[in-house]
Amino acid sequence: MTLDILRPGSQCRVLGLTTAGNLGQRLMDLGFHPGVELRVIRNAPLLDPLEVEMLGYCISLRHNEASFVEVEHL
Amino acid sequence: MSGGVLVALAGQPNSGKSTIFNLLTGARQFVANYPGVTVEKKVGYFSRGENRVELVDLPGTYSLTSYSMEERVSRDFVLGSQPSAVVNVVDASNLRRSLYLTFQLLEMDCPLILNLNMIDVAKSKGMEIDLEELERRLGVPVVTSDGKRGKGREELAEAITRPSPARGLRIDYGPLEPALRRLQKLLEAQPRLVGRCPFRWLAVKLLEGDPEALAMAREGADDWREVEALLDKERESFSQEFVQPPFRHIAFRRHQAAEAIGQAVIKTTHAARKDFTDRADRLLCHRLTGPLIMCGVFYLLFELAVNQGGRLAALITPYLGQMQRFLEGFLPAAGYLEEPLLTSLASWFMTSINALLVYIPQFFILFSLIAILEDVGYMPRMAFMLDRIFRRFGLHGNSTLPYILGGIYVGGCAVPGVMSCRAIPDERARLATILTVPLMNCLAKTAFYIMLVDAFFPQQKAGAMFFISTITLLTALPIARLLTMTVLRGRETAPFIMEMPSYHLPSPRGVLIRAVERITTYIRKVMTIVASVAVVIWVLLQFPGVSAPRMEEHAARAQTQVSQFLAAIDGTPLAAKVKDMDQVTALLTLREQYRADKAGAAGDAEASRMVDQRYREQDPDFLAAFQDRRAKTYRALDKLRKERADLWREIKQERIDNSILGWLGHALVPISRWAGFDWRINVAMLSSFAARESATATFSALYGIGGGGQSLGASMGESSGDGQAITALNATALMLFMALFPPCLATTIMVRVATGRLKWMLFSFAYPSALGLGAASLVFTGGGALGLDGWQAMWAYYALAAGFALLVGLIPERSAITNT
Repeated sequence: MTLDILRPGSQCRVLGLTTAGNLGQRLMDLGFHPGVELRVIRNAPLLDPLEVEMLGYCISLRHNEASFVEVEHL
Repeated sequence: MSGGVLVALAGQPNSGKSTIFNLLTGARQFVANYPGVTVEKKVGYFSRGENRVELVDLPGTYSLTSYSMEERVSRDFVLGSQPSAVVNVVDASNLRRSLYLTFQLLEMDCPLILNLNMIDVAKSKGMEIDLEELERRLGVPVVTSDGKRGKGREELAEAITRPSPARGLRIDYGPLEPALRRLQKLLEAQPRLVGRCPFRWLAVKLLEGDPEALAMAREGADDWREVEALLDKERESFSQEFVQPPFRHIAFRRHQAAEAIGQAVIKTTHAARKDFTDRADRLLCHRLTGPLIMCGVFYLLFELAVNQGGRLAALITPYLGQMQRFLEGFLPAAGYLEEPLLTSLASWFMTSINALLVYIPQFFILFSLIAILEDVGYMPRMAFMLDRIFRRFGLHGNSTLPYILGGIYVGGCAVPGVMSCRAIPDERARLATILTVPLMNCLAKTAFYIMLVDAFFPQQKAGAMFFISTITLLTALPIARLLTMTVLRGRETAPFIMEMPSYHLPSPRGVLIRAVERITTYIRKVMTIVASVAVVIWVLLQFPGVSAPRMEEHAARAQTQVSQFLAAIDGTPLAAKVKDMDQVTALLTLREQYRADKAGAAGDAEASRMVDQRYREQDPDFLAAFQDRRAKTYRALDKLRKERADLWREIKQERIDNSILGWLGHALVPISRWAGFDWRINVAMLSSFAARESATATFSALYGIGGGGQSLGASMGESSGDGQAITALNATALMLFMALFPPCLATTIMVRVATGRLKWMLFSFAYPSALGLGAASLVFTGGGALGLDGWQAMWAYYALAAGFALLVGLIPERSAITNT
């Protein structure tokens, strides 16, 4: 399952990333590592991007970027 | 240790780094660019004891890879300039994530000081940080601060100037360590690499596959083949054994180390309650209320900066005028026939500068409000809400701020707009934004629109202004998309992913510093350029000038006018005091002065009486000629004044006609006639390159808007001389052209500064020219062929533009991201 398909309010745990390069690096910089738990807070008014909360802070990312984050539902 | 000390300030975005920078350096700071790139370099100074500290503010980055320009710049600075200390500013309430950058700085062996900033926020979130334990684990000094309230300056300054202790923590990369050691040993055997960077850092970077580090090693290693062979082997075998590439393992180990330190030093005293940011965002990012509030914010910006600021500008305008008149008083006085060149040049120069000074209140308000929005943390929310639309057109959520500054609705300036494009992390979107911001509605163009709208669409004022205000955005968006699909294809893009920081109360000091900084940049950049270009334009409008035989004819006419006047006043007491042309000229000048003084006293009966009293004491006969409508002298003088004004206007028109710019205006007619522009319009457009407001002035001069009280619309509607009459259709084409017309010179130069390339500057000038002319031709020639009037053509074009924007927006995007 990937992060982009989760609805606001759902909780999940990161399993891994399926992209390297620029986006992969930035995801890791911001804390998308295996085992990290996160919660989808909301979608933007036009449905994209989405906002997630993890490790005590909030991150916004586009759905196509979130589709490279493998997660499991909690 | 004494003398100069170089210190760098590093930190992640939203760590409050700029607050700390301001706290340490106060007003002693300078902004420049890092050589060769578009990243801003801020340098400040402060003294402590006998140390003079030069503090360099590195760009805020989450990491120190080579993926973005900002990260490369920070890294190169730390490696290349070898600062004697690096202060790592850290948001204390986000300590864990922030340590990720700290570890990378430590790896570069720089003398580090960890600055736990926003310690108050951490406390209010129920976090207590064990400073001693943190210091012990990191092996570097830790200093707390609360930059917003100005706390921690002393401690920080003290730590900066104190010699740093031993090296800090070294991350243990576990199973990667043997490979690291082997690689490091081989690197140490390359003598040419010595002193360029720490070997362990280079080994880590090489295993990560960092392109810049690879380039450095390839270029610097004595035996690169051997290094490369070992590197490939180590990466290969590690990936196979541990089922993940080294770069992922490295990042994960840093994350784990940060977690471990976080757990050891952070004590949660009370469970974090739903904090203010969370509750505010429920409203501010809500599907319905979010966009509504954002529109409200836009409206407020517009109302306060443009409307209220405009009122403030109207208050200072008379003083600026007075100052100009005062200064003009020192210049050689005008003769009856024409004014001396020096006076003409100086007046033109001062008028051009004044036209800009008038905008300072509006821009100061705008810049302050934007600084408040930035401080509060609302900007990322705007980016969050608008990204979807902007992205459709090849732009970025962060394009919002440049567009607002450029004048997304009415009234902005492309100069700060282009300057603020730095905040866009994606190079392609940044260039697309830089190139389209000048299409936004510049405040200086507004006067020109209002002039035309008043003249040609008096019944539909609001509609016409709405057209002008929105057509620019409707054009800019599809253009941006087309640019990214063509000339900008293949440029570096960056992920959108960003932090949504907590809301903070803005600090008045920080807001003020930022607003002043921006306004001084605006003044420095715009003023100097406008001033120099104004002189060039004046020359182009002045020379070669009116031919000598024609000038003699004018002189003869002037002589006749004066003789007739002297004959008319014959027998009055005035005749005894005014006998020749010089005295007549002086009388006319005094009359103007009297009029100006009376206007200055407008509305105040007492002051007005005082003015009369003063002139009466000087000479009652003069006053009668200025004021007493029944007097013979009054009528004669008034007639002479009008005749002289007509003569001046004719000479001026002739001079422009005969000038270089006039010649250019004529030469452009074969192209511009499709848009319905005659040579006079061409000249007005050309003359507005220094500052857009010149267009209004040149227009008035060329269409003979004089003291006759004739309205602009009326005089433009009349066909006179070799120019054609202007219709409403002309006016629509003209407004559209003005809206899309190439940016003024100041903006073009900012494009050069922001992109670092001359070709983009030329491009930013060329494509709007073609675009503006094309759109105006479409309206004038196309609309004319269909028999549309100006109002109909306006909306026909609007529908076309909207349809085009929609069409372009629907072109599917190609994702640039690749799977591994």
